[in-house]
Amino acid sequence: MFDETWDVVVVGGGHAGAEAAAAAARCGARTLLLTHRVETIGEMSCNPAVGGIGKGHLVREVDALDGVIARAADMAGIHFKLLNRSKGPAVRGPRVQTDRRLFRAAVQGMLRATRGLDLRAASVEELILGPDGSVGGIATADGQRIGAGAVVITTGTFLRGEIHIGEQRISAGRAGEAPALGLARSLERLGLPLARLKTGTPPRLDGRTIDWSALDSQPGDDPPEALSWMTERIGNRQVACAITFTTAATHALVRANLHRSAIHAGAIRSVGPRYCPSIEDKVTRFADKLRHQIFLEPEGLEDDTVYPNGISTSLPEAVQAAMVTSLPGLERAVIRRPGYAIEYDHIDPRALRPTLEVRAAPRLFLAGQINGTTGYEEAAAQGLMAGINAAARAGGTASPDRTIDRSDGYIGVMIDDLVLQGVTEPYRMLTARSEHRLSLRADNAGLRLTEQGIAWGCVGPERATAHRAFAAAVAETEAWTRQTTATSAALAAAGVPVSGNGRRRSVFEVLGMFDLSEAGIFAAFPRLRGLTPRILAAVRTRALYAPYVERQAAEVRSLEREERLAIPDDLNFAAVPGLSLEMRQRLMRARPATLGGAGRLAGVTPAAVAALAVHLRARQARFT
Amino acid sequence: MMGDTIFALASGAGRAAIAVVRISGPRAGAVVQALARRVPAPRLATVRRLRDPRTSEVLDEALVLWFPGPASYTGEDSAEFHLHGGRAVVAAVADALVSVGARPAEPGEFTRRAFLHGRLDLTAAEGIADLIDAETEAQRRQALRQSGGALGHLYASWTARLTRLLARQEAFIEFEEEDLPEDLDARVSVEAATLRDEIGAHLAASDRSERLREGLVFAILGAPNVGKSSLLNALAGREAAIVSARAGTTRDLVEVVLDLRGVPVVLADTAGLRESADEIEAEGIRRALRRAEEASLLITVFAANQEPDDATLRILQRPDSSCLVVVNKCDLAAPPARLGGQEILAVAAQTGEGLEVLRSRLAELAADRAGLTAAAGLTRPRHRAALEEAVHWLDELSAAPLPEMRAEALRAALAAIGRITGRVGVEAILDLVFGEFCIGK
Repeated sequence: MFDETWDVVVVGGGHAGAEAAAAAARCGARTLLLTHRVETIGEMSCNPAVGGIGKGHLVREVDALDGVIARAADMAGIHFKLLNRSKGPAVRGPRVQTDRRLFRAAVQGMLRATRGLDLRAASVEELILGPDGSVGGIATADGQRIGAGAVVITTGTFLRGEIHIGEQRISAGRAGEAPALGLARSLERLGLPLARLKTGTPPRLDGRTIDWSALDSQPGDDPPEALSWMTERIGNRQVACAITFTTAATHALVRANLHRSAIHAGAIRSVGPRYCPSIEDKVTRFADKLRHQIFLEPEGLEDDTVYPNGISTSLPEAVQAAMVTSLPGLERAVIRRPGYAIEYDHIDPRALRPTLEVRAAPRLFLAGQINGTTGYEEAAAQGLMAGINAAARAGGTASPDRTIDRSDGYIGVMIDDLVLQGVTEPYRMLTARSEHRLSLRADNAGLRLTEQGIAWGCVGPERATAHRAFAAAVAETEAWTRQTTATSAALAAAGVPVSGNGRRRSVFEVLGMFDLSEAGIFAAFPRLRGLTPRILAAVRTRALYAPYVERQAAEVRSLEREERLAIPDDLNFAAVPGLSLEMRQRLMRARPATLGGAGRLAGVTPAAVAALAVHLRARQARFT
Repeated sequence: MMGDTIFALASGAGRAAIAVVRISGPRAGAVVQALARRVPAPRLATVRRLRDPRTSEVLDEALVLWFPGPASYTGEDSAEFHLHGGRAVVAAVADALVSVGARPAEPGEFTRRAFLHGRLDLTAAEGIADLIDAETEAQRRQALRQSGGALGHLYASWTARLTRLLARQEAFIEFEEEDLPEDLDARVSVEAATLRDEIGAHLAASDRSERLREGLVFAILGAPNVGKSSLLNALAGREAAIVSARAGTTRDLVEVVLDLRGVPVVLADTAGLRESADEIEAEGIRRALRRAEEASLLITVFAANQEPDDATLRILQRPDSSCLVVVNKCDLAAPPARLGGQEILAVAAQTGEGLEVLRSRLAELAADRAGLTAAAGLTRPRHRAALEEAVHWLDELSAAPLPEMRAEALRAALAAIGRITGRVGVEAILDLVFGEFCIGK
């Protein structure tokens, strides 16, 4: 019946697809990645930057599970910056501008080096369903039938994508590439709820036509902070970005042409991301703001294309050209490719289980922008989790779901938000979304997740060994600092500023003082001198937030028992006594996987949660 | 949180003569000891004098029951205080419980705990949802009742301000590279301190106010034997005050709690206003006048078959008093159209004539005044605990060295106030962020 059979087939070669395929293969599944063109695997369709605040946290978590994106970005990085450096470590977000070509090469290189993973060009037209409604494989446009234990779809904006440039409309996925119409129909036949979103991108500029000398230069960090915990050295030459601002002339031009903008003239009705407004939006919604900043980001070392971050637009090409030349330093700038808005279909992620498996179609997983998210990092994180779970599913054993709790990682926060609340705009990670922000840090992603990754089988031996040595050293150091105490007099003698009330403090407590210098620490506690900077930083950061985090941990523990009570996929909410019609509808729409999830749903009352809890416990009692 | 010790009024909010306050949690024993001195033998109803542990003031002579876990309703150590009704007593006991670290229960929390400790009979699962609904609904209605008025607006405005502050702090943390006002974080801290002082002042003020503690009081005033007690009994639907034909029968205050279209009102009958040689009666009159001063409405009662007395007329004409003029005994003589310049309500307590009109007029006045004294009753300590927690977190904010810690403190403060006014989700905060600042590259 099939021409060939694999454990896992991944459709799509973007950031979700690359990560899903690599993760499935690391977990031991024989994996095939299918994409329109193998050469575009790892393509960055928007700006060539990875990371940031919230996004950088996600990247570190993917890295902690031995994913691809962080190492690829380090290999391709040409401008590193740790955002929020002046704030505390919990909200610092590492970010890197990459060389687009080097990034693609790095991703492709890592995938090719992954054992058990094959890459192939093919257009997937159809999902093949088994008699029980579960997905058994795919059919390609050239008639190949490929069987799979699990299928991961990561087709981004390719589902009925439509590009708008002014009055012009082009049916396409990314500029110059075909949309996936057949697959969209196939997904539609499964009865999956579809919705439409939009996003936009700015024009790309010829860097040689920019007057860099007239602009403020923004160098990267020196030394650079890598995204991956495993990266030891950044090899590329580093470049600076520059900054410019819109002018009164820019705003006037945009206003005069609003009626020709696809977004504003009404050709696009779908919802775009609030945090990524087009220049049309900025000028109209914040009319009193006299100028908006624009970052000019080089796209590569050998490539002189420049990405002007901040003027995403769907105005006609001629207007874009005039707009660009109204910017200081860009008076003679030439557009290489116009900006555009793209509308696309996505699946309502509430149709998914917390493993990203489609509830109505077992063995089918969806990851990335197709689930209504935006951003490489969000896509990569979903791809990783879908890949891990697809491998487990294909393995045949009734393995438990591989998920991350909200209290353990931003990946968990994101997937819980998606499958529970759905999306109303393209979903982007923000640290504001986590109720555990002070413990979910970019600096401790490995300590939070790598051990779990080892248990899941997605972490290679090199990282596993390094991680375990590091984790042990951190634990040992922390134990010593908690057990050892110092008097105020001794601390004062070493130059540590403490109030002299004679109380003995643990070294841990002292390390938690915000304004302590490293010299002060070493003077007071010579034993800590021998530690690597990483180990000392890990213990210090834990100490800094300990009072907050410990209080929160107590809350988490007290909630856990109820939080984790699972709601079976086949639970008939209509049969739960005591639920009002409204509660039933809310629960049925979101299908929370746990009781905790039910409680987080908007509009679900404590009484409904309690009724559900009682019903679940009663059900358990009947079945055991 | 499961580890807390919680309490709630388990029965008879408002009208019942006995109010049962149920306590559950690991510290239930310590809490009982703090108020009743000794923990009684398990499951044995014992009379104990409850005292406020802070002042040793006697709060009530109550029946105390002790149910050590796990053989209790919730499966935890539990206790019950059977109090002598009266909102003032219940409120005072609740205050005392909070002072020793117990916390007012969240909606449905007792039943939830019972469930989590496996104490619910599973065969009863079908019925239990209704039970929880009832528990929650009663508490919800009470909370709504109290947050409908001026106080509700105040709390809602604090919630809105906290939400806005948090939105700004989140913007400051999340969008470093955006063109945001540079002093955003500092301004948030300053405004948070102002808000903290306002909430603190509110807490201090409601502490002092006896009126707030006892809730909405309507006092009945009038000359002896115009039928005040009959009127009270007729409104209460039972014999709450002793009624006899002899003038001066009511020597002390008699209070009943009426549920006037959902607004709980303490209706206080007073001794008749007249010069008296009787020591005890004179004391009663002094109390009546004091009570009248605390009341948010005076029901001045005259009798159709008697000349209006000067003492009551004087009160009626005081510029600062808020009076409803009732003429009783209309079955015996025709009432005047107006008295002391005010319209009258004609009733006959004996026959019931005019009582429905009076009742609905009282309900209107109660609804009107409910907003002003909404901090009454058992949910008051709930509000109080929430506001105190908010103040605590705003104090933490001013001590926090890092912006994300300040955001954490704002989140906790908002969550605390949210227990009164409703939870504020992250989407609402993001709405404000993106509405206020032009963010995005």
